Amino acid sequence: MNTPIRRLAVVIFVMFTALLMASTWIQFVQADDLRERADNRRTLIDTYSRDRGAILVDGTAVARSEPTNDELRWLRVYDSPNRYAHITGYYSFIYGAGAGLERTTNSLLAGTDDSLFYQRLADVLTGRPATGTNLELTIDPAVQQAAVDALGDRRGAAVALDPRTGAILAMVSRPAYDPNALSSHNLTAVEQAYEQLAADPERPLVNRAIGGDLYPPGSVFKLVTAAAALESGDFEPDTELEGPLTYTLPGTSTDLPNFQGAACDPEGRPTLAVSIQVSCNTSFAWLAGELGADALREQAEDFGFGQALEVPLPVTPSTYPAELDEPQLALTGIGQHDVRVTPLQVAMMAAGIANDGVVMTPYLIETLRGADLEVVDQTSPRTLSRAVSQSTAQELTEMMTMVVQRGSGQLAQVPGVEVAGKTGTAEYGAQGGAHAWFTGFAPADDPQIAVAVIVESATDNWTGETGGVVAAPVARAMLQAGVDR
Amino acid sequence: MRVRSGRTIELLLILLAVGIVALAYANVNLAAVGRLPEHAWWHVAGFGGLALTLHLVLRWRARYADPLMLPIATLLNGLGLVMIHRIDLVSAPGGTSGVADRQLIWTGLSVVIAAAVLILVRDHRVLRRYTYIAMAAAFLLLLLPMVPGLGVEEYGARLWIRVGPFSFQPGEVAKIGLAIFFAGYLVSTRDALSLVGRRVLGLQLPRGRDLGPILVAWLLSMLILVLQRDLGASLLYFGLFVAMLYVATERTSWIVIGLSLFLGGALLAWQLFTHVQSRVTLWLDPFAAGQSDQVAKGLMGLAHGGIFGTGLGEGYPYLTYFANSDYIIGSFGEELGLVGLFAILLLYALLVERGLRTAIGAREGFGKLLAVGLSFTVALQIFVIVGGITRVIPLTGLTTPFLSAGGSSLLANWIIVALLLRISDHARRPVSERRQNESRQNESRQTRTTEQEVGR
Repeated sequence: MNTPIRRLAVVIFVMFTALLMASTWIQFVQADDLRERADNRRTLIDTYSRDRGAILVDGTAVARSEPTNDELRWLRVYDSPNRYAHITGYYSFIYGAGAGLERTTNSLLAGTDDSLFYQRLADVLTGRPATGTNLELTIDPAVQQAAVDALGDRRGAAVALDPRTGAILAMVSRPAYDPNALSSHNLTAVEQAYEQLAADPERPLVNRAIGGDLYPPGSVFKLVTAAAALESGDFEPDTELEGPLTYTLPGTSTDLPNFQGAACDPEGRPTLAVSIQVSCNTSFAWLAGELGADALREQAEDFGFGQALEVPLPVTPSTYPAELDEPQLALTGIGQHDVRVTPLQVAMMAAGIANDGVVMTPYLIETLRGADLEVVDQTSPRTLSRAVSQSTAQELTEMMTMVVQRGSGQLAQVPGVEVAGKTGTAEYGAQGGAHAWFTGFAPADDPQIAVAVIVESATDNWTGETGGVVAAPVARAMLQAGVDR
Repeated sequence: MRVRSGRTIELLLILLAVGIVALAYANVNLAAVGRLPEHAWWHVAGFGGLALTLHLVLRWRARYADPLMLPIATLLNGLGLVMIHRIDLVSAPGGTSGVADRQLIWTGLSVVIAAAVLILVRDHRVLRRYTYIAMAAAFLLLLLPMVPGLGVEEYGARLWIRVGPFSFQPGEVAKIGLAIFFAGYLVSTRDALSLVGRRVLGLQLPRGRDLGPILVAWLLSMLILVLQRDLGASLLYFGLFVAMLYVATERTSWIVIGLSLFLGGALLAWQLFTHVQSRVTLWLDPFAAGQSDQVAKGLMGLAHGGIFGTGLGEGYPYLTYFANSDYIIGSFGEELGLVGLFAILLLYALLVERGLRTAIGAREGFGKLLAVGLSFTVALQIFVIVGGITRVIPLTGLTTPFLSAGGSSLLANWIIVALLLRISDHARRPVSERRQNESRQNESRQTRTTEQEVGR
């Protein structure tokens, strides 16, 4: 019987070889394909439970990972959700790395970014568990807090930049939401919270400062028109413009009035400086016609219009319309018709003027830090464009200081500091609803901070809230915090 | 001349096995909950004590038994306990859901029964006397789950009996009875089955009336498949019978006949039963929509482990169904990787090889056949369950010997090892001692045994 036993042994040998080959096939050859399957819960848990990098503001974590005992191992915690929700975004097991830096810099925070290859290799060799990169933000907590407090319950957004570098000092969007509700490990509660947020007509998930529907800029766009006028060489601050009580749009019988029907000056011929100071509509509508659409568009693009920036949060490009007839051109001169902007773009306009005409590329991340907080990478400021000449910038600054000293922006005054600014009241829709704008910088002679604020109208009906009344005080709070830092 | 018994090597290997298990136990707990388990020393001491007890029994009653089998069984049993404990830690965070505790109790009981088998069955040849009793007992065990009030149906198969809080799968033990019966029956009838018959196409075909037993075995397997819906066991029993028949008769024709019968049966079952059809579908495409994702989850677990594994306690084996029983090999594959899986499969291969070596060394037909049968069931069972998980064949629910949670399986495999140890003691015993030993035995029985040995 020994021969068949030996043969049976061969059969068993073949059986075991088949098992060894099959497991090699699965665990070695097929492994990557299986791991990358969308329905692979293990891979999902793995990604969502690694010690994720923190997001730091002035050394304090505003988003961090806390170890837990449950399956997901790490819980994402946001310590000041009201202040930083739109910057951090949320990190949810169900909805993924959603919005904000959690989404945009997911691979850095997760520690899987290609740029971290050598660090990961070192981790594997030294047996250190892989960890994500920490992000230190450019945000100044005082400026951010000032914007949050000043905006209060109003819908809107506020952005502050360091005009010299482009560093974003504040970025606030209202209403906010609590990212903790979406990062919770109670998945049913997460689903409920998300559905509620997604269905909210106030759209709290949208970051209005950079990514929402674009806003009409209204009178803050007059800075672009004025810049184009000065750059053309045909106009000086004291050049008299045609600024009648009402301006009949070219080729139509439509009359464009000034704000509340007021005259810009007694003779109907205000200078460029006065036109800015009192935010004269008729003179700027006339001026747009004199300059032409191409000049205005080029000037707008020099300030950053049309550029898809990544700060690294993606910024919706602001637009100056492509095809215009004469009456439309006149309206764009005062920021109406189809001119659309983000608050960040408006802040870049003020920052460009403040920085002697040079617009710096805005950025939100100061440094990348490793697990032990040593600096891995540092952002160096970059020039985006030269928007206007140094002299034009100087002239615009002087005009803007008059706006705050004697014009429509007096509520933006900061004691002991010279503030330059421009108000805006941007009408939208047919019902006469309007958004309130303010943009400016301080100190006017040595700018340290540039801001843009929009307060959305609470109702679709005009409530008399102009940029000078509603938005200027918010900007004032931010400028105050910015120059005190 | 003094022959080495191998007992000292066995002792060292047992200590090594217990050491590995203790380290794995600590490792799992530290990785999963960050601290050592409560009563860890008592658990390890208790487990090691069981292995040493068996070792002492061998020194006392089976000095020449194979020195590798007990350490291998100890290591596998211990690793199984560790993995079951690891799954426990997840199902009841901070505590234990108690499956591992139950498994440890079953380990104790199984080792005691294995020791009893070694002590009571001083010569495996006495089992031949119980050929037909073994058959009756096996049938009775197989039928037990069908008894109303006693048998319970779980996951679509009627394989368990439940008395109070205890559930038991009698089929696991029945295969030992079947192996004893086949060995006894085939030793007596193999001449008739092998020598008589016509030659057709180079195959020695048996006479029609000699086909009876294999047809009965085939019908029995089909009956189990239909009544208990247990594909795995049906395949196991029939495969066991065909392999033993082949070894007993040395006629390849039996394998051809057996395989044809099996393939015919399988085809019939595939046509008749939806649960067989869905197994085949899952085998061909584990990610088929609308089907169970059990195979898919197991594959993703293995892939997650990759070559070196996630490390004990650091994977997600519990995401696969039956992670501590049917799919425990998948759990090991995930946390110990391809390397760990190879190690475990090689341990099994080594155990089976020691069993086959015992069969070759056995000096009479009954012991040879019994050793072959017992070794082959272990090999076939591993092939069927691991092959199901790794998609070599369609998945059927079977326990993985020594590793899977489940008392009946553990008990059955420890008895198998005890019987193999007993046969190997007989096979490896030096001739001088054997004569001495047998001269003490009953005169008539000795004569009978010698006649049989001369037979072939």
